[in-house]
Amino acid sequence: MKFAILVSEGPYTHQATDTAFQFAQAVLAKGHEIFRVFFYHDGVYNATRLTTPPQDDRNIVKRWTELAKANNLDMVVCVAAAQRRGIVDDGEMQRNGKDATNLAEPFRISGLGQLIEAGIQADRLVVFGD
Amino acid sequence: MTTKQFMIVNRKAPYGTIYGWEALEVVLIAAAFEQDVSMAFLDDGVYQIKKGHQTKGIEIKAFEKTFRALEDYDVTKIYVDQESLTERGLTADDLTIPVEVLSRAEIGKRMEEQDIVLAF
Amino acid sequence: MLHIINKSPYDRPALDSVLKTGTGTILLIEDGVYAVAKGGAAESKVKAALGKFKIYALTPDIEARGIADRVTDGVIQVDYAGFVDLVAENKTNQSWL
Repeated sequence: MKFAILVSEGPYTHQATDTAFQFAQAVLAKGHEIFRVFFYHDGVYNATRLTTPPQDDRNIVKRWTELAKANNLDMVVCVAAAQRRGIVDDGEMQRNGKDATNLAEPFRISGLGQLIEAGIQADRLVVFGD
Repeated sequence: MTTKQFMIVNRKAPYGTIYGWEALEVVLIAAAFEQDVSMAFLDDGVYQIKKGHQTKGIEIKAFEKTFRALEDYDVTKIYVDQESLTERGLTADDLTIPVEVLSRAEIGKRMEEQDIVLAF
Repeated sequence: MLHIINKSPYDRPALDSVLKTGTGTILLIEDGVYAVAKGGAAESKVKAALGKFKIYALTPDIEARGIADRVTDGVIQVDYAGFVDLVAENKTNQSWL
């Protein structure tokens, strides 16, 4: 079965992203497919490569990137939510005249249409938020 | 393109958090994708469509205008829970857009008919 | 239909709202699991709801919150794999955020 996941909260404040990660791992372990993970609202903060959690804490961003790379997951950050909150890739840096980027690989920034498309293409869409 | 039934459920008040606004953006995009979109307002979500928001003082964009544009996007299935209105001393006359006022059980039934329910 | 609740019943009305609105299956996760701790005001609510809903709760969240020794009878515990199965078994799901 094809799953899509929506993450609507940032890391370290709310458990939502932790639960979403555990859920994603379980989906893959069961042999299902993940069509896309979409990050919306404060969820876009899951995609900054500049986080530095203490060593004895989980590294939420790194955990997502490793899972995504190992399983070739499509990780999409909502462009409007990212622009509001300062999550920037090369394209956004040039378009908006910023002096830095912070998007972790393999996240990509795209439109909200990608969430709707995930809803259409996947058999199930599950939301994690507050 | 495949058409699915999307219901966007609003249970949060406006302005205190951004969820109502971002839910509305999801509705407009889903409509642009020609999906079968409906909205349901329950609990504090009914405050989102209360008439007469004056948001100048808090410097946050009011979204009354966008709600009124829903019709242009063919989003006309807008359900509001009767009990949530009554509990808050509101009636359909207090709302900024035409809605269908339903019982909770009736809204629950429509939720079950959906392919996708997104609550904000 | 699967209703996913992550709010404590002592803080937010998500559980009440589901009980009044829906039918089917409830999965309690995160702070939502406080609803299944025996001895609290939510216990009678959960017991009454068991007639109408199947109620599941996420074991890792129950254990994390120190309430594993007092889970209300009739509530079924699942792990993350069970969470995935519940989503797969139900055509529609809603997270009551």
